[in-house]
Amino acid sequence: MDYSQFLALKQEIGLLIVFLLVFLYDTFCSPKAAKSVPVIACVLMAAVTAFGFWQSCQPATSAFAGMYFSSPVIVAIKNILNVGALIVLIQSLKWANSEFTSIRRGEFYELILLTLFGMYLMISSRHFLMFIIGLETASLPLCALVAFDKHRYESHEAAIKYVLTAVFSSAVLLMGLSFVYGIAGTLYYQGIASAIHGNMGVMLAVALAFVISGFGFKISLVPFHLWTADVYQGAPTSVTSYLSVISKGSAAFAFLVVLTTVFGSVYEAAWEWMLYGLIILTITIGNLFAMRQKNMKRFLAFSSISQAGYIMLAIVGNNGMGVSALMFYTLVYIFSNLAAFGVIGAIENATGKIEMTDYNGLYKTNPRLSVTMMLAMFSLAGIPPFAGFFSKFFVFTSTLNGTDSTALYVLVLIALINTIISLYYYLLVVKAMFINDSENPIATFRSACSERLGMWICVAGIIGLGIVSYFYDYLLTVVA
Amino acid sequence: MFSNILIYFVVIPLVMMLGLALCRNIKQIRAVAVTGSVALTALSVWLLVDYLALRAAGATEPMLWVDSWQWFAPLNINLAVGVDGISIAMLILTGIILITGSFASWEIPQPKEFFLWLILLSTGVYGFFISIDLFTMFMFYEVALIPMYLLIGVWGSGNKNYSAMKLTLMLMGGSAFLMLGLIGIYYHSAADGNLTWNILEIAQNDAISHGWQKFLFPMTFVGFGVLGAMFPFHTWSPDGHASAPTAVSMLHAGVLMKLGGYGCFRVAIFLMPHAANELAWIFLILTGISVVYGAFSACVQNDLKYINAYSSVSHCGLVLFAILMLNTTAMTGAIMQMLSHGLMTALFFALIGMIYGRTHTRDIREMGGMMQILPYLSVCYVIAGMASLGLPGLSGFVAEMTIFVGSFEHTDLFHRVFVIVACSSIVTTAVYILRVVGKLLYGPVYDEHHLTLTDAKWWERVATAGLIVCVAGIGLFPNFFADLIKFTFSPEIFTVIGLN
Repeated sequence: MDYSQFLALKQEIGLLIVFLLVFLYDTFCSPKAAKSVPVIACVLMAAVTAFGFWQSCQPATSAFAGMYFSSPVIVAIKNILNVGALIVLIQSLKWANSEFTSIRRGEFYELILLTLFGMYLMISSRHFLMFIIGLETASLPLCALVAFDKHRYESHEAAIKYVLTAVFSSAVLLMGLSFVYGIAGTLYYQGIASAIHGNMGVMLAVALAFVISGFGFKISLVPFHLWTADVYQGAPTSVTSYLSVISKGSAAFAFLVVLTTVFGSVYEAAWEWMLYGLIILTITIGNLFAMRQKNMKRFLAFSSISQAGYIMLAIVGNNGMGVSALMFYTLVYIFSNLAAFGVIGAIENATGKIEMTDYNGLYKTNPRLSVTMMLAMFSLAGIPPFAGFFSKFFVFTSTLNGTDSTALYVLVLIALINTIISLYYYLLVVKAMFINDSENPIATFRSACSERLGMWICVAGIIGLGIVSYFYDYLLTVVA
Repeated sequence: MFSNILIYFVVIPLVMMLGLALCRNIKQIRAVAVTGSVALTALSVWLLVDYLALRAAGATEPMLWVDSWQWFAPLNINLAVGVDGISIAMLILTGIILITGSFASWEIPQPKEFFLWLILLSTGVYGFFISIDLFTMFMFYEVALIPMYLLIGVWGSGNKNYSAMKLTLMLMGGSAFLMLGLIGIYYHSAADGNLTWNILEIAQNDAISHGWQKFLFPMTFVGFGVLGAMFPFHTWSPDGHASAPTAVSMLHAGVLMKLGGYGCFRVAIFLMPHAANELAWIFLILTGISVVYGAFSACVQNDLKYINAYSSVSHCGLVLFAILMLNTTAMTGAIMQMLSHGLMTALFFALIGMIYGRTHTRDIREMGGMMQILPYLSVCYVIAGMASLGLPGLSGFVAEMTIFVGSFEHTDLFHRVFVIVACSSIVTTAVYILRVVGKLLYGPVYDEHHLTLTDAKWWERVATAGLIVCVAGIGLFPNFFADLIKFTFSPEIFTVIGLN
């Protein structure tokens, strides 16, 4: 065996080293020194992120007989996920050192790093066996993470729901893949693609339906979304934020890779229309349910369902611009959503309040938190000059790129009208904080240093990512 | 980038916002707001003088000070700027209303946040008027819309939560159609594959096929038309204007509604003249309804702000109506109407705000004999009313006259019938204006408590007098404004469609 192949896995190996270091330190250090585990994890994660950026100019390589593949695009999406994971880790510093979590704070960081490792494999694989290994490595630690607040009943409930959904969706996906194997006789992406070669059959249609449903569970597309709100609400806020951005982003990218490289030849015959219906359902139903939510975490859960629909818009156009639009959308979504979760987490840590009515009059007592939340909401709603506007715009342009298809114009119009619905409920949060009066507002408090750092990074991203054209241009050049 | 004068229309508001963020007391805030808006107005006046000089010297380009800086290179998105007579007129209008608006909100609570949002709004407005790139235009358009939500929600009165949400969602709904229209225009902007967002280049390429024009024209026209209060998308306007604080009503009715008319002209009609010619009848019907229905609705309202808001629907409907006539005279009239209505309605809202601040009611049934109590404000109100109903010598007459004469030039019977129908709004306007003047200003004093009220303070006099001078200025020197905007109607777009 040629051991030099492992050099292609530099980023994965880097992440594993960080994992091992955190694990060993956490296991063998004195209980007093264990307090610094979160900080060490953050610093090491920052190092991995920096290393990833340094790697970004590496040429495309493959390893293990083509099962593993890395290219500048893949490095870029991994970097995006790294940045998001880093922000999550920073934001959860205070929570990790709190009374109930402190005895197992090491586990939180270790499990997060492990799931990230699984997502790396998922993105990089070019063989479905490898892909499934990555998927399971990403899913199972997340189940443990969802159950992390073991003193809370909701956390258990959420974890059970998540385990069942994860297992079920994996089973559906595997079912689809076994059909694919039946058609193609191989599990290599390339091999399957050349075996299909545009031949649409009943078998393939069923297989594709299973595969798309399997992914639909992971990305929480409607009608596979029913687990989302309960899990988001029950899981600890730090885990929810990780689940909503990193997990979703990586699954969306893997979905894109599978659809375009494996099933690219049956785009018009099959999955354009499947996706078309899913997008309309996802965006609309996600929005309609989000309007009625009173709990901030449930609210963001439904908002993230509808956001997933927008991410899918980048795939349905099936062109190179869509890849960069998807990556840019993920990047912006990470910053916007983490800003929102940062505020929610800070308020929850300080006061334990999580209902939208608790936010009434927040601007009078905590102006900075309110402004951060407002920026996050505007960015999620796609209001210029914040990054969300640009990412939505690029997604729409990529969908319509090089096509005169009326159906796609209608799809974009539906998505655009849905942005108005989404604006309504995002404005409800703004209204609560800025306009509503409250007899019992959240008292003025000073959030922890780490929380503020996390929010500052997010705010910088929300303001800078769109106006500074460098980021999107970079993603486009990487794809091209 | 900073060698181009136009960019300062965006830079100054941004600097103002920075200054406001650093202010510690209300005096500093007022100073920043007034200095900044005076600077902006001075800049636009200077631009006007320079523009006229350049034109006199023989500059024949459709736009002057054209410049373009690359932004998102792969998508051909640039920050492209350029102005012509219409844009300059709109820039001056914005400046005047910003100054008077600052004076009108002299004693607003929470001044720092208020002015921050107000200036953010004006950044969007200025950016919109100087842009000639569809993307940046759209971006600034939305920047101008969203501060309205908080301005009405926090500082408004009455049913403010409902109005703020309604206004924001309806306007953003319009921009959803608009965005699709603009992306569609971009993808059909050039036959040779060099796609562009630049208005001038798209107009020159004239590559949008007939079929696509028919799809994209309604999208963009409705998109902008929502902001221009076109029937049946006008319902945000009465509620929104009635709930908004004074300066916001002024800026919104005075300037923001003009964004709609300007956009319809600059994007929908300028880029898709064929479809405009073919589909004009649909929108003529809708805008015709706006004109007549707005005027009739104003007759039966009792709230001063509602009366003025419906009157705005009627007058702004006239702007879109005239633009759709697709000839130079009517379009000149439309631009004059935009200016005239902007100033006049700002004056109205300023006065209503001042009266409301004293009497704490806007219901005309609960007021009377104001001429005895508040003579200065009442006289101003009469002047504004006269301008609105089209008294010669004031701006309204010039604008409406040009519009109706120009529209009647259209030889088509259908168009002429609609012009006559729209003309009837002049009479209705007189009815609701005189009704208010009679009930509110003359007659016996309704409420004895009103006898103790004091007349306008100095800052209020500055605001109203400034606006009256402008209204009379347009009325007395209409030629100047007609000349200013005449270069804009580049003959090409009309020859393309075989008109004029």
